[in-house]
Amino acid sequence: MATTVHEPPKIARRLPSEGSGNGGWRNLAPASGDLRRVKDSSPPPASTGIWVGLAAITMSFAAFTSAMIVRQGTAPLVHITLPPILYLNTLLIIASSITLELSRKQIAAFMGGMRDKDHSAVPSRWLYVTLFLGLLFVAGQTLAWIQLKSQGIGLATNISYSFFYVLTVAHALHVFGGLGGLIRVIGKVHNSVLRRSTLDATSRYWHFMGALWVYLLLLLWMKL
Amino acid sequence: MHDMSTHAVPHGAPTSFIRKHVFSIDHKVIGKQYYALALVAALVGMFLSWLMRIHLGWGSFAIPGLHLLSKNGAPGDVMTPEYYLQLMTMHGTIMVFFVLTTAPFAAFGNFFLPIQTGAEDMPFPHFNMMSFWVTFTAFLPIVASFFVSDGPTLGGWTQYAPLSAIGSAGGPGEGWGVILWATSICLFCIGQLLGSLNFITTTLDMRCKGMSLMRLPLTAWAWFITSVMGLTAFAVLMPACILLILDHVAGTSFFVASNLVINDQMLPHSGGSTLLWQHLFWFFGHPEVYIAIVPGLGIVSHILITNMRRPMLSHRVLIYSMGALAALSYMVYGHHMFVSGMNPVSSLAFSFPTLVITIPSTIVVLIWLGSLYGSKLRINSASLFSLGFVSMFISGGVSGFFLAQPSIDIMLHATYFVVGHFHLVMGVAAMFGIFAGTYFWFPKMTGRMMNETLGKVHFVMSFIGAYCIFMPFHYLGIAGNVRRYQAFTDDYLIPLIPVHKFITIAALFTGLAQLIFLYNLIHSRFWGKMAPNDNPWEGTSLEWSTATPPPHNNFGDKMPVVYHDPYQYSVEGASADYVMQTSTEQLKNTDEEK
Repeated sequence: MATTVHEPPKIARRLPSEGSGNGGWRNLAPASGDLRRVKDSSPPPASTGIWVGLAAITMSFAAFTSAMIVRQGTAPLVHITLPPILYLNTLLIIASSITLELSRKQIAAFMGGMRDKDHSAVPSRWLYVTLFLGLLFVAGQTLAWIQLKSQGIGLATNISYSFFYVLTVAHALHVFGGLGGLIRVIGKVHNSVLRRSTLDATSRYWHFMGALWVYLLLLLWMKL
Repeated sequence: MHDMSTHAVPHGAPTSFIRKHVFSIDHKVIGKQYYALALVAALVGMFLSWLMRIHLGWGSFAIPGLHLLSKNGAPGDVMTPEYYLQLMTMHGTIMVFFVLTTAPFAAFGNFFLPIQTGAEDMPFPHFNMMSFWVTFTAFLPIVASFFVSDGPTLGGWTQYAPLSAIGSAGGPGEGWGVILWATSICLFCIGQLLGSLNFITTTLDMRCKGMSLMRLPLTAWAWFITSVMGLTAFAVLMPACILLILDHVAGTSFFVASNLVINDQMLPHSGGSTLLWQHLFWFFGHPEVYIAIVPGLGIVSHILITNMRRPMLSHRVLIYSMGALAALSYMVYGHHMFVSGMNPVSSLAFSFPTLVITIPSTIVVLIWLGSLYGSKLRINSASLFSLGFVSMFISGGVSGFFLAQPSIDIMLHATYFVVGHFHLVMGVAAMFGIFAGTYFWFPKMTGRMMNETLGKVHFVMSFIGAYCIFMPFHYLGIAGNVRRYQAFTDDYLIPLIPVHKFITIAALFTGLAQLIFLYNLIHSRFWGKMAPNDNPWEGTSLEWSTATPPPHNNFGDKMPVVYHDPYQYSVEGASADYVMQTSTEQLKNTDEEK
């Protein structure tokens, strides 16, 4: 996978000369051409955009959670035993967050001019590890569903399994979005067009998926 | 005297027809596409309301050709009770989602938010394109549901469980009709979430130099606040619809209670909560009311200011009031559930913020009226519809005071009083906002002017017609006329039939006025008088600084720089009646935002 990189500083920031989005956080004084008190640049839209996206996902899972609580008030939820593989999957997704941070650190060092030992490799090794762990997590979740299915347990077996399937499948679908983001980042690293905001946004999303899973596991463990 | 100094990034305009007009990533084209979708949806929704009104006035009247729409629903061209409910459900769904949400927010917001903020486009243009096409796709299941075997769902736009969750046992349309409805709404939610993402990031990150938050026009603020509401509200409705679909196709029991017997058959569900749907739906549903109306508050304020030639009494307080409306809208949803059997303490808890929400609403109205007082308002179609909006907002809002109190709401909840209330404050007011925006921005969107005479005729007919339809609704409600009835056979309802006939005639008359608007819109688009210049209304915000219609990247080869607040009209000592935001003219006698 070693690829020659020609220009290290490939993480670009939006500059004031780039047209729109170059800073409205403060006013310009209405003077004749005197642009005082202007900020250099606004945050890249991807930085804000990812928080907006995460807010929407948070609301959706808050809705599922409140549905579970309200539903519990009508008729008690049946106790179920969670498939043990979920705990292993939890370790995998936490580990993937750690490897992603290692990757970010490596890329940051690379952008600062500190190359790898071989002075030529793109610092994407930990990104691949993160992607692999993410795929393992999804495979592990799939294994849990297959195990339940083989025991004759489906979505409509009882309300607890209904919530189990809904929450785990909804989370897995969102994880697929994160995997797509990681693949995109890896592609951009190799093509020397990666923006810092893209990497930051992808990593925030990925960490959020990990935190969301830990929350869901605790919810399922406590409520079901 | 205008400064457009910063160079823009070269922004290649598409050349192929498909990329330019169909799968376009240009926010202006997407805005027009949303407008066209809303227009088609509004015509469908209005047509359905005509059918319903004719049936309510003259129940045995055969509507020629109605059997072509539904053989089972209208045998002999007379609609069945079930088909009446199906049409009512489709009318509500189409109008709330595909007209009132789509036109003032997605259509005008897409076209003008980037321009008013000084951006060359939305930050995620491909998401923006997806937003429209997903919304368009969402419209298709609704249309398709008319043509499935037992027709569309009959559960009302609120789709209360358990009726909506028990499948075809619930009646015509409760099987496939509900599945199609929920699929449509799921898709609609995705489209609106993608749109909100773009609106929020455009407002926060894409503003040009000098465009501080307080220098944004009120329209931009309204769209921003609406997008925040949309983000949180649609993100809740989508999970609710997913659970509803699962109750249908997977046999789950989220919303269907145990031992429910329908038509002598016990349903195989167990332990579901019928109230759960109401909680999830109304957590979306009440903010949705403000998603429909807040863009109108911004549009109408913007237009009134331009025509009064002076700013509102307080720019900041108007913004804070719109923000307060948005925040409070999440705390009041339980007032839709006063008759659900909830704990009286809960009713009180929801009643209090419902009464509180009238405070920011009243502040907005008082700012409008105080600003209008003594102004020399320029009378044109846009300003007339803006005044009409104010009138409808007040009239519809006043009945909200009654409904906010559980003891009164319990009596009025299932009556025409509620129908009159929400049609005035949310439906007609929002429609008037759409009309005002259309007459105002048409020259910027197309380069041509709409016919003012036809516009004024349209306003007078719509204003009178709307009041003739919806004020009697309040009287009917107080008289105990239950809503959703398709015929009035009870002794106490029979004397009210003449009122219904009057309302039907008023509805047909008002609908006729909308055909005048449609003619004006289409005729003016192709053959209307050319706009005299880029700024025919002598406005100050950035949309009037650029060419008409705006170029692909909005501002050509120079990006704007903003030096002034958005509404610098009649400033003493200024060189003209108005000072545009991009003007470098120094103003001494004004208290601008810093």
